[in-house]
Amino acid sequence: MVTYVIRRLLFSIPVIVAASIIIFFFVSAAGDPLAGLRQNPRISEQTIQNISDRKHLDESLPVQYGYWVNDVFTNSFGTTLLQDTPIWPDLKRVLANTMQLIIAAEILSVLIAIGIGVYSAVKQYSAFDYLATTTSFLGFSTPIFWLALILQVLVTNLFLSTGYRLFYTSQLSAVDPANFWIDRIQHLALPVLTLTVIGVAQFTRYMRSSMLEVINSDYVRTARAKGLKESRVIMKHAFRNALIPLVTIVAIDFGQLFGGAIATETVFSLDGMGLYFIRALEVRDIYPIMAWLMVTSVIIIVFNLIADVLYGVLDPRIRYD
Amino acid sequence: MTDARAGRATEPAQEATVTQETGTGVEERTSSPQATPEEPTAVATRSTTTEKPDLEEVQREGLEVESRSVWRVAWSRFLRHKLAMGSLILLLLIFAAGIFAPLLTPYGFAEQDLFNPTQGPTVEARHFFGTDQLGRDYFTRVLFGIRTTVRVALIVALLSTLIGTVIGAIAGYFGGWVDNALMRLTDLILTLPSLAVLLVAAALLGNGIPERVAIILALIFWTQLARIIRGVFLSLREKEYVEAAKALGATDIRIIFRHMLPNAVGPVVVNATLVIATAILVEAVLSFLGFGVQPPTPALGQLIDDGKGQMLQAWWLVVFPGITIVLICLCINFLGDGLRDALDPTQRRTSA
Repeated sequence: MVTYVIRRLLFSIPVIVAASIIIFFFVSAAGDPLAGLRQNPRISEQTIQNISDRKHLDESLPVQYGYWVNDVFTNSFGTTLLQDTPIWPDLKRVLANTMQLIIAAEILSVLIAIGIGVYSAVKQYSAFDYLATTTSFLGFSTPIFWLALILQVLVTNLFLSTGYRLFYTSQLSAVDPANFWIDRIQHLALPVLTLTVIGVAQFTRYMRSSMLEVINSDYVRTARAKGLKESRVIMKHAFRNALIPLVTIVAIDFGQLFGGAIATETVFSLDGMGLYFIRALEVRDIYPIMAWLMVTSVIIIVFNLIADVLYGVLDPRIRYD
Repeated sequence: MTDARAGRATEPAQEATVTQETGTGVEERTSSPQATPEEPTAVATRSTTTEKPDLEEVQREGLEVESRSVWRVAWSRFLRHKLAMGSLILLLLIFAAGIFAPLLTPYGFAEQDLFNPTQGPTVEARHFFGTDQLGRDYFTRVLFGIRTTVRVALIVALLSTLIGTVIGAIAGYFGGWVDNALMRLTDLILTLPSLAVLLVAAALLGNGIPERVAIILALIFWTQLARIIRGVFLSLREKEYVEAAKALGATDIRIIFRHMLPNAVGPVVVNATLVIATAILVEAVLSFLGFGVQPPTPALGQLIDDGKGQMLQAWWLVVFPGITIVLICLCINFLGDGLRDALDPTQRRTSA
């Protein structure tokens, strides 16, 4: 087990290197980073040349890649193209904010999805089951940004008509520093709700099918044949084993969410990873974009690793050799 | 209590027989009881005939047991899936509305009417979905939006299916280092945050042209199908008919495309269908964030982006394009589910 983890960790090093190469060449090949500046008549030739010198943009791409990697390690991702401000402090801040959003959303959606999934499977082909399945189909047919907008309209109209502010519909800034956490929850509630609806739709299906598979397996039939109570069969014998596939899916999804909450954060103007990325993309600043892609890829790789390891821990039938 | 439990216990058995009969390729015999409409009559006529029918008569009357192709079996299974059939019909109607948009509406998609800005939905003025701040008819804009969005999604589905099938087939058929290299490449693409990569590509290369956006999406979307096809090919490679074809001296290309691919068509079709839904959702996000299809070409996501500024006063600007997307994707997902049951019984979802 330990050797497996070490081997996987060592193996992720070349993967990360390959990812960094792909990211760098993909973003660089996508166009001249200074093209926008050159079209702006108010920026002098000299300024552009200064920026170009500072970022070594006249060098060949492999040399630029070397400078960039050097910046990533010695200078924590270096500085932005235009203002020359350091990237890492901003990235660290938005990473923390996004983490709060994602952790809350993921915990909520897993708990709800487990409840619905298990109940649907136990009462297969019941009205509840059909309702849950249809709703989850509806959930992953809905564009997430649209759901976010609709929630925003509903809550704003509620506030305008009753004057009662249940949640804030945009940003994260503390209006009331005395009650920081209450304020934060009021700000995060709608984005969390949006991500939760989509998450529940996804996870319910996995939970249901995994539970169905277990319920129809031989050892559950044996447990029933022994005369165990139905509740004990379900909770003690079936449920725990049905959770195993879900753990993997949740771990992978968690990694993906860091790069996937872009639309939600944009709608709610939430100062997280997604909004940071969109702002960098709007000014076509490649350095924060590359830093962002790199951080997110590493997070995804780490969570994929966690998923694999957890799978082995939870299911002793999986052998690593 | 015991009844309920007994009832539940029989279900897996039934399901097991269903999967068995559809999975082992003996469809001709086993699925005839619930078969196509013309068959039961044939069976009935035969059972009433007492004397032994001679061969000629059987052939003349068309009473012999027809051999049915995989497609006919799949079609009859698909017909029984009411939800999928309904979804297919609705989907075709929506697509047709997009294609024949100019015939369905008296307005042009960019036609402004500054005397009637931000009107709510009315039937009398033929503004079914209302108008925006420039007085443009929103029903027309949604119809043309469907046109753009569906065109993008279909190109994505076609291209990504092509790439995914070829890469998956090559990896699965040749195995060894080819397989290793191609699958590591696939894994690598899967570790990149796909939406962000698409945004960068669309922002820097897309120029808001629908076809370009579609190609960019396809270059990311092929990975899943490649993995599935590789799995199918790995198992097909061991089949006797492949060995026979090899012994006859068939080329690798001929074996892959002529002998193996027809047996992998189920997962390909199912995946291509589901990719359309994903492509529509992703294209909507790209256009909503301002990096996908650019005005004046209307696309559904971009219409929502247009309307979000006035959504408190004019809810219809956000609600109608959104519901259209949900409806299309819902139909495609139901359709995909039905197709999976019909074409690809081994990969059967337990939900059906």
